[in-house]
Amino acid sequence: MLEVDGLSKSYGSVRAVRDVSFTLAAGGSLGVVGESGSGKTTTARIILGLERPDAGSVTVDGHDRSLRLGSVRRPDHSERRPDRSERRPDRSERRPDRSVRRRGRAERLRLARAVQIVFQDPFLSLDPRLSARTVLRETLKLHFPDLDHARRIAELLDQVGLGEREADALPRHLSGGQRQRVAIARALAVEPSVLVLDEAVAALDVCVQAQILNLLADLRERTGTAFLFITHDLGVVSQVTDHLVVMRQGEVVERGTTAEVLADPRHAYTRLLLASVPRPPG
Amino acid sequence: MSAVDPIIHRPVLAGLRTGRNRLYLTCLAFAALMVAVALAGPWLAPADPNASDLGAALTGPSPAHPLGADAAGRDTLSRLLAGASASLLGPIAVVLFSTVAGVLVGVTAGWFGGWPDTFLSRAAELLLAFPALLVAIVFVSLYGTGLAAPVIALSLAYLPYVSRLARNLTLSERRLPYLAAYRVQGFSGLAICVRHLIPNIAPVVLAQSSVNFGYALLDLSALSYLGLGVPPLTPTWGSMINDGQSALLQGHPLSAILPCAAIVLTVVAFNVVAEHWADRVSRRRG
Ligand SMILES: Nc1ncnc2c1ncn2[C@@H]1O[C@H](COP(=O)(O)OP(=O)(O)OP(=O)(O)O)[C@@H](O)[C@H]1O
Ligand SMILES: [Mg+2]
Repeated sequence: MLEVDGLSKSYGSVRAVRDVSFTLAAGGSLGVVGESGSGKTTTARIILGLERPDAGSVTVDGHDRSLRLGSVRRPDHSERRPDRSERRPDRSERRPDRSVRRRGRAERLRLARAVQIVFQDPFLSLDPRLSARTVLRETLKLHFPDLDHARRIAELLDQVGLGEREADALPRHLSGGQRQRVAIARALAVEPSVLVLDEAVAALDVCVQAQILNLLADLRERTGTAFLFITHDLGVVSQVTDHLVVMRQGEVVERGTTAEVLADPRHAYTRLLLASVPRPPG
Repeated sequence: MSAVDPIIHRPVLAGLRTGRNRLYLTCLAFAALMVAVALAGPWLAPADPNASDLGAALTGPSPAHPLGADAAGRDTLSRLLAGASASLLGPIAVVLFSTVAGVLVGVTAGWFGGWPDTFLSRAAELLLAFPALLVAIVFVSLYGTGLAAPVIALSLAYLPYVSRLARNLTLSERRLPYLAAYRVQGFSGLAICVRHLIPNIAPVVLAQSSVNFGYALLDLSALSYLGLGVPPLTPTWGSMINDGQSALLQGHPLSAILPCAAIVLTVVAFNVVAEHWADRVSRRRG
């Protein structure tokens, strides 16, 4: 399903990601754990196509995403397309996140249905001008123009536990947890094969965290979406993932089923991470 | 509302708040009134703005001339009203053009970065190097009188201010994850810019544009004071000040002071409204 193979990415002299490989089965749930700066977000951005890897490939359902991304990298003056010039890739190191450019609409939609993301910061991941309902309608119009949007919106809102009031409220009138639910609904609206959650509960308080984690576990069962759960919090990961990848300084240092890794960590770094988790009593 | 922010209960702060709000509403009303006058002015004028009633020259307010008459005996009120359109529509055109073009240039530069950014930003800097009035005077001398030449010149002169702002706003906005989320969702860059990026930076850009309105009004008034930019016999507030100078020296200041006041008040009103908008945006984001 999702196969990440030998990803590497450097920013100048910083090697953010080094030869990272892992696979995520259909409907599975994989945790990527590591301290701050270990390259988790960079890996996620490469998977999403927001960033181009220096090496390696990302395959979803047999389609190689990185190949598409790689095709973006072409000599600067090889081709002139006057009014599409806006889609020309920029090769400057400092703005790598434009690799999504220069793709046809069908290709964009296909890539979107492969992987979606919920970002860490619920306050910055929604357009401040738009209510949940508007956001969902936009996405559905793009991906499923023939669908009964009102019904599907109601269904999505119900799935993530948002009421009528929240559906029409602007993000600034919602709590962090409610915004994160909107972001989850937006991602699910596309019906992706894989949902990446980059520290999706880190900004929330423990109680709301637990609610959202329950919601996610529930959604995984119902929708069959595979989850890639990125976090620095081993406590969170134990609740929602089957498999685990531990990253340190851009490299994978340990992998295995969540139960295995947590019960019997091989790598000293994993033990260190585990030791720093405040254990719930019992 | 019962659950009021405690700050509002402090009398001084509450006063400040409502005071500021009242100023804003007053200015908004004034600005709206000025726009209405600019559109309907010629029909509102009680007398022919160019008819000279020499008997009334340099008189103060009277029933026949509610705001007095200038040295040539022309009715000041009628000239103010009739002049509003030439005085205000010019700056409005400047603001419209420079805003639309500036946003186009700035957002394109900020969104794509790389060589489009370098090219557009350098071009804008080049424009910035010429003083607005000078460019306008050159345009007028090349293309003759009429409002079009100075409006185009000033639009070009103001474009870099808008485009620079739009570019910087775009750069900071595009770092926000909500735009990345739309990209991941499969929306095209154009759709994201038009539907999300531009609406979100618009309030700040519009605030800058209404500040530009003030400057454009002053610049165009200066031009018409110099006798440039408007056809002869069309009264403008700038040319009224020019005509009023002699009256001023003879101790009948009304015909010069009123257009001055009209210019200053309009500029202030637009700037207060603009600042209020910018303020609201920063609070929303804060
Ligand atoms: N756009 C960028 N330009 C330069 N360096 C970057 C960029 N993005 C990430 N890095 C560097 O790459 C390394 C990995 O960053 P990344 O954001 O992937 O870490 P992370 O595991 O997500 O950390 P956190 O848990 O704090 O989110 C860091 O050293 C970071 O400074
Ligand atoms: Mg991160």
